[in-house]
Amino acid sequence: MDRSKYNGVTVDLRNDFSEEAYPKDRHVWQDDEYTVYRNCVWSAPGCHQGCGVLYYVKDGKLEKVEGDPNSTVQNGRLCMRCLALPETVYNETRVTTPLKRVGERGENKWERITWDEAYDIVEENVRRVWDELGPKSILCLFGTGRNATWQLPFLGLVGFKTPNTCGGFLAGDACYAPRLAAMNAFMGNSFIADLAQVHSGKYDDDRWQVPAYIVMWGCDPLKSNSDGFYGHWVVDAMKRGSKLMTIDPRVTWLGARSDILIRLRPGTDTALAMAMLHVIVEEEIYDREFVEKWTWGFEDMKNAVSEMTPARAAEICWIKEDQIVRAARTLAAEKPWAMQWGVAIDHCKHATALAMAIMSLMAITGQIDRPGSNILVDSGYVQADIRAAVSHNVPPEVTQDRLGNDWSPLRKYGHISQAFTDAALHAIETGEPYPIGMVFISSTNTFANMAAEAERVYRALKKVPFVAIADLWLTPTAVACADVFLPVATSPERDGIRGWWNPLRAIYKVIDVGEAKTDEEIALDLIKRLNPEDAKWDNAVELIDYVMEDLQSSRYEGNHASLIEDGEFYTDIDYFKYETGRLRADGQPGFNTASGRVELFCLNFDDFDLPAVTYWEEPTESPVRTPELAEEYPFVLTTGQRSYEFFHSEHRQVKTMREFHPWPVSEMNPEDAAELGLEDGDWIEIENTHGKGKFKLSVNPGMRRGVVNAEQGWWFPEREGAEPELYGVFESNANCLTVQFDVGPHSYGSPYKNMLCRVKKAVGYHPPASL
Amino acid sequence: MQSYGLLIDNRYCTGCRSCEVACRNERELSLGQWGIKVLELKPFKLADGKHWEHRYVPVPTAECDLCGERVASGEQPSCVMHCLASVIEYGTLEDLAGIMAEKGEMTSIFIP
Repeated sequence: MDRSKYNGVTVDLRNDFSEEAYPKDRHVWQDDEYTVYRNCVWSAPGCHQGCGVLYYVKDGKLEKVEGDPNSTVQNGRLCMRCLALPETVYNETRVTTPLKRVGERGENKWERITWDEAYDIVEENVRRVWDELGPKSILCLFGTGRNATWQLPFLGLVGFKTPNTCGGFLAGDACYAPRLAAMNAFMGNSFIADLAQVHSGKYDDDRWQVPAYIVMWGCDPLKSNSDGFYGHWVVDAMKRGSKLMTIDPRVTWLGARSDILIRLRPGTDTALAMAMLHVIVEEEIYDREFVEKWTWGFEDMKNAVSEMTPARAAEICWIKEDQIVRAARTLAAEKPWAMQWGVAIDHCKHATALAMAIMSLMAITGQIDRPGSNILVDSGYVQADIRAAVSHNVPPEVTQDRLGNDWSPLRKYGHISQAFTDAALHAIETGEPYPIGMVFISSTNTFANMAAEAERVYRALKKVPFVAIADLWLTPTAVACADVFLPVATSPERDGIRGWWNPLRAIYKVIDVGEAKTDEEIALDLIKRLNPEDAKWDNAVELIDYVMEDLQSSRYEGNHASLIEDGEFYTDIDYFKYETGRLRADGQPGFNTASGRVELFCLNFDDFDLPAVTYWEEPTESPVRTPELAEEYPFVLTTGQRSYEFFHSEHRQVKTMREFHPWPVSEMNPEDAAELGLEDGDWIEIENTHGKGKFKLSVNPGMRRGVVNAEQGWWFPEREGAEPELYGVFESNANCLTVQFDVGPHSYGSPYKNMLCRVKKAVGYHPPASL
Repeated sequence: MQSYGLLIDNRYCTGCRSCEVACRNERELSLGQWGIKVLELKPFKLADGKHWEHRYVPVPTAECDLCGERVASGEQPSCVMHCLASVIEYGTLEDLAGIMAEKGEMTSIFIP
């Protein structure tokens, strides 16, 4: 490996790959018996990332997958899930033909049908709902960050003529949407931690600076790789001198290497952030020039945090006062610093208040759009561009009265144009404001995974008259609810494009498996039947070429075929755009907000009579707010810690993953475990007033006392699929312990990571053998 | 004696286990067999009462042949290429010893 000095530190460059073995000027070549395709991998299966890969194909079969050394995204690195991709593609439990339910729902009895027959069934039900209830009574659900999140709204808006597309009953839309809504109101843009990822030259780009600090707030990016952020970029930055600050109730690997590690009580992050603001304001160590020139509402924010002293926050958060003061002074002094925030921000009821507080820290220390801080990237999210491009013919009556519009003005007029999941569940349960006659599900295993109050969502979905599911597997959701099943292609079977910030890349088909189709093909086929005048493309590649003509956030000039040849395309994203007029449509300097500034007091929220500046409120159920409940349920439960083996509820049928990670895990501090007479490896039952689940205990000294966690997404494909077993989906389901409808005033956020619970040994529990 | 080896920087191994799966693919090993295995040191607080130790240590096994075939065709050993934290380097023992001295801490060299 080449090595060079970087700010006095020697760093491995990962650039000495042999050009003979890995030609830079070709996307396909022969390596002995293999044809090698340089490609980009994205769902299905997950994750949010789109790594550069080499597919090794022999006789039409994908034999192995390796990292692409010439990818600037991850330079040859590749995680275990893609290294084992053939185990997913050719898994014996994968379904690759359309199916029609023949028994009762839940009996897991199916009949193989043709695509035309499957489309006939879907079309017939769409037309029935149109006639009987109206098109808005069709609901579409998608999984997170998939290569289906423009295809499904396209199918919904243009094909089904419904505006109702959202996540798979993710309560409070609690994944990135709360942060997006808050970012848009606060600064009229989105930021990402600047680890040089938007630059083609990466760490060697002259404009970029190494962050002095990277703050991991409520995330374990090495495992989650969330929102287009490749977690191991943090390790690259550490090697180049970045220090770390971690805010997490558990000592993660990055946490153990952090100069500042704050293990707070889950759900109290806003109090911590407000106290840090308090210190920076009171000690007058903020960036005076940036605050005066570029922020709005400093006095309002100052008043809002005036009573949140470090002493008060320390008591709320179960931490030490001096930790808060040190963290605040560090962010005021050690610049630039980058904020890598995680889904924990969204996993509390008052998610918007927390996002405002964290962004206020960035604003008053001047850490916005400076090299090595938090770069503004209201660009490069190609799925949003495509959604706009393919739906510009959609008449306004289609988008009116979207579910959730009557819950909050932010839903009706706000930045994010998707239905509100809680409102969708409410509509199924009550028929208000209108009933749901059909659900189309694209790759979300709802109540096995993201749906809070899992059993309630299961009962609701069972009530829906017609359910179609497009997926790789007969998941618990499909077995329980699907009337027709559409088999979806995995990444090497797909033509598509990938853009999430930079770079733009092509995905192209290298193999066929069974009769599986891509989400583009399914959407286009159905739209041709339902609304042919708005489906003028002959095939999915033509559709992709069409949307590539006018990508708002990418300057690429070419089509799908040329992008395959080109490999990667970077759109230049510069710094200090608020000074150069590149953030506003009018070309004036400033931010794309009403005041033209970063709004510590969000005028947009204030217009809607919503809290406009950050505030602190205890979770609905907490040791402080409901002490009598906490006496019975003394632990704070935080759900959804990630692992390398799985993306959400996926990969449970992949033997290599289950070899590493056979069982659902819950972690607890050794002192807490000892008090309860529990030992590492015990099966435990976690219980609260909402439900219970069984997990394998991992005693971890890095867990904060009084907190337990529980993995989400667990089902057991090796078990019986038919009800009542349903692959054991309710046996170890963290979301049997969470709730729906506990959403903050901005209609975003849900307490997935701050419930109460108690723990006991699951005496006599012996689950069937693992896969 | 072998003149080549693997240098492992134990400061930065994040426990992703890509090396384990990459190696198994390359060596065509079965479930339960490994050419390299990552051992975990769970978190514990150091004697200073402030800092934490939490470490992963990749250990090549007797199945490791330093990816002789790959190296001969100009590629890197599979674990070296796929490691998410880039902590494994392949080279001559002389070069690796120099790198080890420069790194100065938490580094090991493996000779199969």
